[in-house]
Amino acid sequence: MTNSIEEIEFTDVILAMGTNTTENHPVLSSRIKRAVRQRGAKLIVIDPREIDLVKYATLWLRQKPGTDVAVLNGMMNIIITEGIYAKEYVENRTEGFEALKKTVAAYTPKHVEKISGVPAEDLKAAARLYAKANKASILYAMGMTQHITGTDNVKSCANISMLCGKIGIEGGGVNPLRGQNNVQGACDMGALPTVFPAYQPVANDETRAKFEKAWGAALPAKPGKTIVEIMDGAHKGEIKALYIMGENPMISDPDLTHVEASLKHLDLLIVQDIFLTETARLADVVLPSACFAEKDGTFTNTERRVQRVRKAVPAPGQAKADWEIIAGISAKMGYPMNYASAAEIMAEINAVAPSYAGITYERLEKEGIQWPCPNTGHPGTRFLHKDRFSRGRGLFHAIEYIPPAEQTDDEYPIILSTGRVLYHYHTGTMTRLSQGSMERCPESLVEINPRDAEKLGIEDGQTVKVTSRRGTLQAKAKITTRSDRGTIFMNFHFHEAAVNFLTNPALDPIGKIPEYKVCAVRVEAA
Amino acid sequence: MEKKIPLNMDGRDVEAVAGQTILEVAREQGIYIPTLCHYSKTTNVGACRVCVVEVEKARSLVASCCMPVSPGMVIKTDTAKVRASQRLIVELLWASGDHNCLTCEQNGACELQNLVYWLGIEKPRFNVAPPGYETEKTNTMIQRDLNKCILCGRCIRACNEIQVNEVLDFSGRGSRAKVGPAFGADYIDSDCYFCGECVDACPVGALTFKQARFAGRPWELKKIRTTCPYCGVGCQMDLNVYNDRIVKVTGNRAYEQPNGGSLCVKGRFGLDFVGHPDRLKTPLIRKEKGGELAAATWEEAYGFIADKLSGIKKNNGPESIAGFSSARSTNEENYLFQKFMRAGIGTNHIDHCARL
Ligand code: SF4
Ligand code: SF4
Ligand code: SF4
Ligand code: FES
Repeated sequence: MTNSIEEIEFTDVILAMGTNTTENHPVLSSRIKRAVRQRGAKLIVIDPREIDLVKYATLWLRQKPGTDVAVLNGMMNIIITEGIYAKEYVENRTEGFEALKKTVAAYTPKHVEKISGVPAEDLKAAARLYAKANKASILYAMGMTQHITGTDNVKSCANISMLCGKIGIEGGGVNPLRGQNNVQGACDMGALPTVFPAYQPVANDETRAKFEKAWGAALPAKPGKTIVEIMDGAHKGEIKALYIMGENPMISDPDLTHVEASLKHLDLLIVQDIFLTETARLADVVLPSACFAEKDGTFTNTERRVQRVRKAVPAPGQAKADWEIIAGISAKMGYPMNYASAAEIMAEINAVAPSYAGITYERLEKEGIQWPCPNTGHPGTRFLHKDRFSRGRGLFHAIEYIPPAEQTDDEYPIILSTGRVLYHYHTGTMTRLSQGSMERCPESLVEINPRDAEKLGIEDGQTVKVTSRRGTLQAKAKITTRSDRGTIFMNFHFHEAAVNFLTNPALDPIGKIPEYKVCAVRVEAA
Repeated sequence: MEKKIPLNMDGRDVEAVAGQTILEVAREQGIYIPTLCHYSKTTNVGACRVCVVEVEKARSLVASCCMPVSPGMVIKTDTAKVRASQRLIVELLWASGDHNCLTCEQNGACELQNLVYWLGIEKPRFNVAPPGYETEKTNTMIQRDLNKCILCGRCIRACNEIQVNEVLDFSGRGSRAKVGPAFGADYIDSDCYFCGECVDACPVGALTFKQARFAGRPWELKKIRTTCPYCGVGCQMDLNVYNDRIVKVTGNRAYEQPNGGSLCVKGRFGLDFVGHPDRLKTPLIRKEKGGELAAATWEEAYGFIADKLSGIKKNNGPESIAGFSSARSTNEENYLFQKFMRAGIGTNHIDHCARL
């Protein structure tokens, strides 16, 4: 997030797009709801599903799945046409405005209505509300990123925010809400193919020299492969060994048939986890890890706040903290790593990751600290881009709307979107063992609009068959207006109804994120 | 500059800030005034009146949680009249419910029990007449025993004003007044999100965490602050541990950012996995493709991995080795993982599930 969670409560307009916040970031959603109910803030929800936030919204734009760029271009069209953009800000702090203006000119409200199904009048109202607000914050999550145009969607959010001068101010910004507890930290720490910790590029000679010195080893210059590319590499036999720490791609990845074949093709699969997951069952070596309550460390939340994790109970049996296991393997491989505690590793991070330089365990004892935090005297950073962007001027990206990779047709007439539900988390490994969660949500449901259900002769609770061009599964139907006509929703927490046998592995070309929000399916009574 | 308000409290000359309540000023001064229905960050409703004080020239006792200070106020928090009034209220509350502390989960952490003790009440003056409700046991997360409810309304305000889940309200009047979800429904049949905010807010044993029942007394529990392992909000929470087991998870309002003590169902009730019998306890090795996974020691596992990885690296180059790090592991572990892959193995094929 460019801004802080706290600020959401004290802004004037909140634009929530592709984020089912009450289920995926529940405690943060309370800030939105308090802003609306107690402080008179206005909420604009842009989402194909009638999510719970709609109840609190001033405006709800129900766009067709995958038409986000068109909707945002349409809003910018209105804002520019009506001259309600932040002229001075655009002049002084950005570049590329003319190109943007030219591109969005074609996205008239009428045209956008045709693409997205959002009524022109609603689009105008939303554009005006956002542009004229004193402070306005954009929140988004996987509903924006899990598209082949995910990167475009995100850039479009940045466009509209800059256009209206809503970035670099308290209560403003463009704020991605991270789905998993430490996605932010995993990225910050360089668990990415292209960068070292703190986003320092591996391809940069100077940076590499610095790390070679710090780590006492020669380092490869060529950027590596992403998850989906690694899977493909395994399938083709280019990747021979895979070490998986705490992930369960056998449920979470797109096109599971392909994933399974790829993993089975490996010479060596090492899986380190807290349970014998679907992925671990395929492994040659399984290593038992301690879970979060059994070790010390830090997580970095979605607002860049680094916070302590503390050991509360002993790990079961021989299980060890992930860091101890990595060090154990490394030593055996002839590259010793000697750390007595997680705090010692953080001390090393302080030395090599400039944005984490001032974040020590001692300081974290009382409260979390938001990076960038360049030294131990620095209080941390609540919001980014205050006076300037990291690249100097903010750059507008003129972006054309591209339809989703997969279109519906007579055979597959319905759009399936996948996501999470309140009571479960990711691949279900953890929440499915919780009595409470299972009591509230014991199985995967196919959320279908009443009119579609009627047409298909499907009753509430009836088992239905969902088929895509890649696979088929069965689950019970839940008839609800939360799903728009022509769309269904399913969660991906249950391996019994693993939706990723259905989903389309088409990737965003830059973000490499699969299009989980749009795949064409057929629904029929089972 | 905020306007300063001079006043006198228990004989001390004090400077308050305009808009502060008497209670807030007292707390700043370290003067104890008991409260029950007051719950910070929610509206003051003045329901219990246990927070009364004497204010010179006021006609009657004043509820300090609701009363803003004004210049020249002379306040007394511990007069005989104040104490008598507080006693009466507490004795009535005691008599109105089934406050049998022997089996109450809240014993030792109950605000009513503490007040009885603080006021030195030997035994109840009135006949105890609990309303005779059934204890609600229809879900495994929250147990509701309205026989212990003192109708302070904190649960309602926690649900509506803090979480803004808008599930709880009062129903009925007088002696039939009740708190709960609409239409007298059980929690499990309502729109409740099971965030547990209402349970943390309840000052007595009316709302308790069901799985924590008989699993350890409040004074036996060790509270350990940590960060929720689920979503990216990163809520701060207290793991309540007894005998090396997590008994319950509570919010802590002293932890301001990012959640101010609030949690959701996942952080609150989603930790059964921690002590689950299915947890992996030893390394497992499959010696040959197609064979079974069999238990092994760490030494064997490390040896097996190092042999295989070194062989693959030698024959196919480091580029043939890849690793998935984890958005669920700590920063330190992610750091070490990529360091191992890059420096130990010599490959940049490192990624994690950020995108999924
Ligand atoms: S658990 Fe949460 S949503 Fe349910 S009644 Fe209590 S406060 Fe409201
Ligand atoms: S259930 Fe607890 S919090 Fe709610 S009104 Fe009764 S005593 Fe107060
Ligand atoms: S308690 Fe809920 S909202 Fe808070 S971090 Fe955990 S999952 Fe997210
Ligand atoms: S605490 Fe003041 S009236 Fe209840």
